[in-house]
Amino acid sequence: MATVNLIRAAAPQAVPPADDDAPLYEARRKIYPIAVRGTFRRIKWTLLVVTLGIYYLLPFVRWHRGPDAPSQAVLVDFPNSRFYFFFIEIWPQEIYYLTGLLILAALVLFLMNAVAGRVWCGYLCPQTVWTDLFQTIERLVEGDPRQRREKLKNASRTRRAFEAAAKHVLWLMVAWWTGGAWVLYFADAPTLVMQLIKGEAPVVAYVWIGILTATTYVLAGHMREQVCTYMCPWPRIQAALTDEYALNVTYRYDRGEPRGSFKKTEALRRQGLPGGDCVDCRQCVAACPTGVDIRQGLQLSCVQCGLCIDACDTVMKKIGRPAGLIAYDTEMNVQRRQHGEAPVYRLLRARTVLYAALIVLIGGLMAVVLATRGSEGLSVIHDRNPLFVQLSDGSIRNGYTLRLVNKLLVPRRFALSVEGVPEARLEVIGEAASPGADPVVSVGPDQTYEIRVLVSTAARLPAGASLPVAFRLTDVSGGETISVADHFKGP
Amino acid sequence: MADTHRHEIDAHSGVSTTGHEWDGIRELNNPLPRWWLWTFYACILWAVVYWLLFPAWPLVTGYTYGVLGWKSRDAIQTDLAQLRAQRAVFADKLAAANLPEIEQNPELLAFARAQGRAAFGDNCAPCHGSGAAGTKGYPNLNDDDWLWGGTLEQIHATIQHGARSADPDAHVGDMPAFGRDGMLPRADIVAAADYVRHLAGLPPAADAQIDKGQAVFAANCAACHGPEGKGNPELGAPNLTDPIWLYGSDRATLIQTISNGRAGLMPAWKGRLDDGTLKALTVYVHTLGGGQ
Ligand code: SF4
Ligand code: SF4
Repeated sequence: MATVNLIRAAAPQAVPPADDDAPLYEARRKIYPIAVRGTFRRIKWTLLVVTLGIYYLLPFVRWHRGPDAPSQAVLVDFPNSRFYFFFIEIWPQEIYYLTGLLILAALVLFLMNAVAGRVWCGYLCPQTVWTDLFQTIERLVEGDPRQRREKLKNASRTRRAFEAAAKHVLWLMVAWWTGGAWVLYFADAPTLVMQLIKGEAPVVAYVWIGILTATTYVLAGHMREQVCTYMCPWPRIQAALTDEYALNVTYRYDRGEPRGSFKKTEALRRQGLPGGDCVDCRQCVAACPTGVDIRQGLQLSCVQCGLCIDACDTVMKKIGRPAGLIAYDTEMNVQRRQHGEAPVYRLLRARTVLYAALIVLIGGLMAVVLATRGSEGLSVIHDRNPLFVQLSDGSIRNGYTLRLVNKLLVPRRFALSVEGVPEARLEVIGEAASPGADPVVSVGPDQTYEIRVLVSTAARLPAGASLPVAFRLTDVSGGETISVADHFKGP
Repeated sequence: MADTHRHEIDAHSGVSTTGHEWDGIRELNNPLPRWWLWTFYACILWAVVYWLLFPAWPLVTGYTYGVLGWKSRDAIQTDLAQLRAQRAVFADKLAAANLPEIEQNPELLAFARAQGRAAFGDNCAPCHGSGAAGTKGYPNLNDDDWLWGGTLEQIHATIQHGARSADPDAHVGDMPAFGRDGMLPRADIVAAADYVRHLAGLPPAADAQIDKGQAVFAANCAACHGPEGKGNPELGAPNLTDPIWLYGSDRATLIQTISNGRAGLMPAWKGRLDDGTLKALTVYVHTLGGGQ
């Protein structure tokens, strides 16, 4: 049903002639929404400023970590394979935090959807936010739709050409700034800005600025609602995830119909006949950034930005009828009201509770794991080939590859010992052995270090022995200890 | 398919139909957005341009080369040249340093071991095995028992010149075929085999003649293997008193060894591999665990 509505709403006048000469494509209907004022417009302005502010300025926030680490609060450091987020530093092998974050993001999206439909689409999605910004620029330069239409008739060609040029230049500047901010997340921002100004930045920075300038300009300036209607998978997914209790921007046709001009409906009402609140002024359609007529019901191309609510509320206020003809409501409630039943709003439902519980669970799990992770690491691989080596004095030797991890930002020294092998001799290749003491290995700040370790014993082992052993790594300056289990094989 | 429905407009959606109908299911004609169609055309154009520029179409005996003359072979050459340039930083240091220096410098050691491991896999693994554990007739390089010596210099020499290879500096020293060449009667060979087992501390056979074997050993074997059977790395004569055996320590194998001799061959690698790689291999083998 929604899909059918979409087609009618998106192009009501574009039904192709019913014969084989129909065009291969559907002509694009350019949408120039009017500016509106109201609650949702204010929310959207606030979110626009906050989200874009974070995006553009976050790379400049400093966070001091010490001499051996970058002092940028949020940094994706590809050359050194690190991700920094304020006090958190993520190593490549801890990529599961990113997985957890993505799971959390998906669950938050589901929860928002279960509560109030496409909140993400309408207020937070970069496509919406940048499109909003670009449309605002367009209105500032070329005027609102009515002024545009007049200019098309009356204004001189040069004036129009000048305005169009100004608009595209402004768009490109925003787009360029967007691409510029993007690359700052991957290198020290102030340094890179200086390099960019002097033209000394690495080529890859220019390439990415170019790519993001192009995508921003094309997607927010030209593609706009086409992205949401044709390219984005979320509308399809969210339609499958939603239920009848989820709040959506809804035209309350129980109240609005039969629509008609203010005079006509007032006249009808005086005669005691039904007259709806909708005065058919089409302000809701004019305000819609995706060209939807919300009065035809919930539809795929509606991103639920709430601007039609503001548009309609303004009209209602002017004509002295109650606001909320278009509002966050459910189709079910509209029907219930039509049948004289009280509307039901249910925030606590199986799915909202489940999503919220999962968010708390996974978020909590991640926080605990993150808070309790150690500052050193050890992994051990037993030589596979050969499993053991027979030495000329009759003793047996096993080889292991150990990887030592120092997650602190200072160099550290670790003592290595092995337990579980009788009369064990421990030797680290490349480290001078000091008899009687455990070998000590230095690992640089925020680094890993791979060593090859040989363990041998002169003790007689039972045939086919496989002794459980434990390698123990101890910070010599009295810090943590970590131990990893493996095996010692004999003939 | 029925053509009678061609000009129909679907009552429910208000969209025209394509005229295609299958068992009463009609196809609506919802055209694509224009930019979508253009993207499609642009892709077709892109494909045609690609065919002209790059290798694309297979022909009977070859393929179309494309006007840019791009070849995957050239691309890999460029990549390899880049890789060599990247490695040169360490490879040059490796070529300049002497062997003990390499082992004492952690960075050089790590580089040499990594390069040595790769070179070993390419060149040595077919005989010595991927883990250098060897097999019958091919020594295990992890242990501390060395036919031709286990110091850095000795390992370097063995890798460079080989053993019993065509290289003039190759190690020489053959185990004679005492039986096949008629140098010893069968009974002496059996006695010598039993004596060798005795030297290694292995349990004697019931009919072992240790004294006779000792005499045979002193007269025929001690020249190379030493009076106590401890071997001689100058001649590649193995130590017969340890538990490591290249061909096997059972009586039958020892009789076979003494009767027919042994002359394992190790090829010379100097000239086939560059000096840096030879050093890396030496350090890799030396640090496998048995180096002296
Ligand atoms: S119909 Fe209303 S809520 Fe939906 S996209 Fe248009 S203006 Fe936004
Ligand atoms: S803005 Fe309100 S009154 Fe005007 S057409 Fe839309 S729903 Fe009707």
